[in-house]
Amino acid sequence: MAKVPIQFTLNGSEKAEFVEGGTTLLHALRDKTGDTSPKGGCHQGTCGACSVIIDGELRLSCLTLAETCSGTDIQTTSGLAEAGVLHPLQRAFLDAFATQCGFCTPGMIMAAKVLLDHTPNPSREDVVEALSGNICRCTGYEPIIQAVLTAARANSQNAA
Amino acid sequence: MELRKNYFADQRKDGLHEIGQPRPRLDSPGHVTGKTAYFADRNFPGMLHLKMVRSPHHHARIRSIDTSEAEKHPGVVKILTAKDVPHNVYTILILIQIGPEDETVLADGKVRWKGEAVVAVLAETERAAQEAAAKVKVDYEVLPAVFDMEEALKPGAPLVNEYHGQNYYLYDSGECRKVRFGDVEAGFAEADHILEQSYQSSPIEHAPTETTGCVVMPEGNDRFTCYTNTQAMFFTLDNASIILQMPGSKLHFVGGTVGGGFGGKVDVIVEPIAILGAKLTGRPVSFIYSREEEMQISSPRAAEKVVIKDGVMKDGRIVARKVTGYTDAGAYSRHSPYGAQKGAAHYPGPYTIPNVWIDTYCVYTNRTPSSAMRGFGVTIGDFALEVQMDKLARLIGMDPLEFRFINAYRDGDMKAHRQPTEGAALIECMQEASRAANWPVAEKYMAMSSYKKGA
Amino acid sequence: MALALQTFATVSDANAALKAAGTRYLGGGTLVVRAANEGDISVTGLVRSTDPTLSGITVSGGKVRIGASVTMAAIARHPELGAIAKAARAVGGPAIRNMATVGGNLFAPAPYGDFAVALLALDASVGTNDGEMPIETFLAGRDGNPAIVTSVSFTLPKADSFRFLKVSRVKPKGVSVLSIAAVPEQAGDGTVSSARIALGCMADRPMRACAAEKALIGQKLDPDGIAAALATAGEGTSPITDPIASAWYRTEVLPVHLGRLLLT
Repeated sequence: MAKVPIQFTLNGSEKAEFVEGGTTLLHALRDKTGDTSPKGGCHQGTCGACSVIIDGELRLSCLTLAETCSGTDIQTTSGLAEAGVLHPLQRAFLDAFATQCGFCTPGMIMAAKVLLDHTPNPSREDVVEALSGNICRCTGYEPIIQAVLTAARANSQNAA
Repeated sequence: MELRKNYFADQRKDGLHEIGQPRPRLDSPGHVTGKTAYFADRNFPGMLHLKMVRSPHHHARIRSIDTSEAEKHPGVVKILTAKDVPHNVYTILILIQIGPEDETVLADGKVRWKGEAVVAVLAETERAAQEAAAKVKVDYEVLPAVFDMEEALKPGAPLVNEYHGQNYYLYDSGECRKVRFGDVEAGFAEADHILEQSYQSSPIEHAPTETTGCVVMPEGNDRFTCYTNTQAMFFTLDNASIILQMPGSKLHFVGGTVGGGFGGKVDVIVEPIAILGAKLTGRPVSFIYSREEEMQISSPRAAEKVVIKDGVMKDGRIVARKVTGYTDAGAYSRHSPYGAQKGAAHYPGPYTIPNVWIDTYCVYTNRTPSSAMRGFGVTIGDFALEVQMDKLARLIGMDPLEFRFINAYRDGDMKAHRQPTEGAALIECMQEASRAANWPVAEKYMAMSSYKKGA
Repeated sequence: MALALQTFATVSDANAALKAAGTRYLGGGTLVVRAANEGDISVTGLVRSTDPTLSGITVSGGKVRIGASVTMAAIARHPELGAIAKAARAVGGPAIRNMATVGGNLFAPAPYGDFAVALLALDASVGTNDGEMPIETFLAGRDGNPAIVTSVSFTLPKADSFRFLKVSRVKPKGVSVLSIAAVPEQAGDGTVSSARIALGCMADRPMRACAAEKALIGQKLDPDGIAAALATAGEGTSPITDPIASAWYRTEVLPVHLGRLLLT
């Protein structure tokens, strides 16, 4: 079976892998690089658990072919904490009880991070819209929305 | 969070250190960093992927199965049919002596619901397994099917499950679970009004974000490690032991982290066949439901029908309640005989009624087998009961909340199934709800107590 | 067999490769990768093109040309496409909008394809290397369409004349119960001089509500004026039944939502 070489940056580290044709980025990240923080919930583009950031844009790794990502810069939730210090979003999710089973959490945090990168002071509506492609079956969303708003406030206080 | 300490103040010691205090969840740091290990995060070299060939029919006889083309497909390592499963006919609750065994791991001679597992294909890649599954030829003779519980209970209905011999579960109490308390007919005779209403629900899928599945690793010491998202670890281990005719000591189950379950992951479905695949190939095996399988194949909450007949007095007292409940088990028992039984215990609701008659049936149809889901056997019943309570209040022109105060159970009241009420808190909950919702009730109800009968 | 992806610099080379049996065009991946993930083994090869003509938006003299690879997100944030941005924002969540392309949306089966509903109401033309065709002709023959869609073109509507509504059961958004796009042109006295109304989920692909369009001519957009259009809104529809809604439900609520859209 023909393998395809791919190279990309994952959370700041250079990666080079061989994948089979048609391999999704989700499988490449999980099975090849060992980064299992993106989750496969539906493989249909419906649940958002596989969300990653590619070149600054939120993408669904389950519907993205790995070989189309050569040369890109990919961020996942596993790379968010720096030197063991949680990112403000991670801290806020922890403090706000915004996780239950945790399966949607890495995708939620990616969606929230892209929002805060572009909109540092989002309204509640902005947060709801930004998370609208991510399904959580446990929390009822409210703690997650509050966590993102809290993280935004923490960010703007740090910036001030 | 706020604790209303005025309730039960004289019944409680206030030296509580944990309750009322926020405490961090132990698992959250793993969740927010993506480090929590779910079963599918285990990836082993040489792992095989299992895909199931499923019945396209609701009810059919299997004339023949031809796997010869599929076996030749590139990447296929093993194909399993019913004859490969050591103890193919099982039922989950046999562990607590609730039989008969009525379900096949892989269909043998017959399929009883659309989506039933027939042939398991193990291949090097998911794609190869899917392609080979498409080459498995199953010759079916389609049989008449029944999807409605009342149709299924009629004489002459197609027989869904031969292991039962009739389309209902036969309890030791007969065709249904029964509760008899007081004299329900005398209660109806004495009532000012009688209201009989029927309520029904459709199956409900849990739709967990993580689909059902497991990863099995054959270890060097003749044991098998099964990483699974089951919600019922030891039920699954013991049932796998029966199905595989393998001592439990050969099975090492690793679980604990479930990506959403809600009761949908208590059946024993993926683990035995994946362990069998690992045993027969000597290789790690991954069997993970697709999203479509999770929605269509995994057991939903049962469809239910509830018929409630109540006798009520003008002063608000319910004097008789007769409930007939039907639980749609689908084609196999799984946890539904238990669910229907829970309904029987639950149906009078949190109310003290002197005359009660309850029959609950667990019915077999050619629908997807149903099973556990958050409060199964009682949740749909509560919906029916509380809608019925509102209708009764309207019928006698009474405030619906005051009507519930009149009938609420309190400590010491005898429940219909002969358990005396202890630790009731319904009165106090309704008092607080009345305040919180700004739905005032008469002062005498606000002065009531669940445990001080004089009040 | 693994799914091989072939990438071509030009659309014509990609078109040639697409003739091979089992080969599908890869746009944003939201249709074809999803199908492969779900076990659709009829997809055996993928083709894509990096041709720059596929990825530009040009607005000139009131005419818009959108390359087929342009994403919903790019349309939604384009400064000159504000009039139709709401239709692009109606598609998916943010991640889907960063991936889903205008070309792909033309092929999306109901209940998907909300943006194609807007394009149908806008009387768009669909471009391929063989030239342009009216969107209705394209939609009618899309299942057998062998050529890669390269662009869509339409006249930019006045901001207030393009109306769009997506109805879903989940807030802020979910899969469509139905979607409606309408472009009513009004004369100086407020009466409707022409109208195009397109419906999503009322058939297996976007369709026009021709009877309702006719019934609006000469009428004012008030409750009495639109009554005849609402009464005929369901004419010729054959709505899908899916887990979101039954055909019966979609038929029942269509006039309600069309009425709300026309009265806004």
